[in-house]
Amino acid sequence: MAIEGVDIVKAAAFIGAGISMGLGAIGPGVGEGMVAAKACEAIGKNPKEAGLLTRTMLVGQAVSESTGIYSLVIALLLLFVV
Amino acid sequence: MALEIEIMVKVAAYTGGGLAMGLGAIGAAIGEGYTAAEANAAVSRNPKISADIFKNMLVGQAVAESASIFALVIAILLLFLDVPVPTLLKAAALLGAGLCMGLGAIGSGVGSGYPGGQACTGIARQPAVTSQLTTNMLIGSAVCQTPAIFAMVISLMLMFLDFGNAPLYPSWAAYLGAGLSMGLAAIGSGYGGGLAAGASCEGIARQPKSATNVTTIMLVGQAVSQTPAIFGLLVSFILMFKSYPESTALSASMALLSAGICMGFGGIGPGIGNGMAAEGAVRWVARNVEHAGDMMRIMLVGQAVSQSTAIYAMVVSLVLIFVV
Repeated sequence: MAIEGVDIVKAAAFIGAGISMGLGAIGPGVGEGMVAAKACEAIGKNPKEAGLLTRTMLVGQAVSESTGIYSLVIALLLLFVV
Repeated sequence: MALEIEIMVKVAAYTGGGLAMGLGAIGAAIGEGYTAAEANAAVSRNPKISADIFKNMLVGQAVAESASIFALVIAILLLFLDVPVPTLLKAAALLGAGLCMGLGAIGSGVGSGYPGGQACTGIARQPAVTSQLTTNMLIGSAVCQTPAIFAMVISLMLMFLDFGNAPLYPSWAAYLGAGLSMGLAAIGSGYGGGLAAGASCEGIARQPKSATNVTTIMLVGQAVSQTPAIFGLLVSFILMFKSYPESTALSASMALLSAGICMGFGGIGPGIGNGMAAEGAVRWVARNVEHAGDMMRIMLVGQAVSQSTAIYAMVVSLVLIFVV
């Protein structure tokens, strides 16, 4: 198994892509779940504002999603560009 | 040389067995400890019905134990497994099997402790609904076991399937990756399902009339929380059954290993997050049952968004398997 420099670099990029997306997905997943839990609580307390609460939840989750998207971008860069 | 390979397979099987039982013992112990802690608090609150609480604690702990028992079974099988044709490929598969079961038992063990504990607290608060609470606890913790069962299925397949003459490079990485993908992805779903089940026991004790709605939303929430584990299962199957052209390049192996790591870790967060969303919804359906529909809707929307990062992880895994 002759290992060459180019091969090692490619292997490292693949492993890096997996770790980037894998670990990067943990935070947004948990964070967005917290938002959804609190949104359910808020609707339980004040059902009249369901529309406003849904909107607030979605905006909050979208912001929390951003780090997941950064991870995805880095993973795709590692796979196809670098 | 033949002897050396035989030794390598034994080394992998024993290491896998140790990992399966060592990691697999973590979850159930924590979960059962939580159940017992809540049972103690419940007995001190209402000592007159201590017998009922004690019985419920033991039943709850027995269910939480099952994830660990799966790990024990896999560990014993790995220790005494007779491999007819020892190859290095089998060694990688056995190591993967051990990792898969060990990691996969963590979430389900911790998760199914919550319904047990909350059911004990609920019995102390509302002794009239004891049997309803025990039933709901059993349903909730049974669903929590699903990810551990997926992990056991993948472990058994890695141990007993005949991989024929698949090329050692890069297939070894695929089998190790298959174990990691399923094992890690099971952690979040098992834990998340437990959060939802715990909240439902608490809710039924608080408001017994809402029991039907609470159990329904618990099951829906748990089902959605299972999705990351199912993604992990899917990626494991693809890694195990795709045929790979022989390639001694390091990068070809690393791409497959990385696909498993990516999907495995990527499933943890969304599984926990979906469980948190379901927990919030279940808790508040019990308190405000007239608006159960609104809460179900917002729970599902919230879970869908929280799911997205697991989907990104799956996409990157599939790219690593099929494209690069």
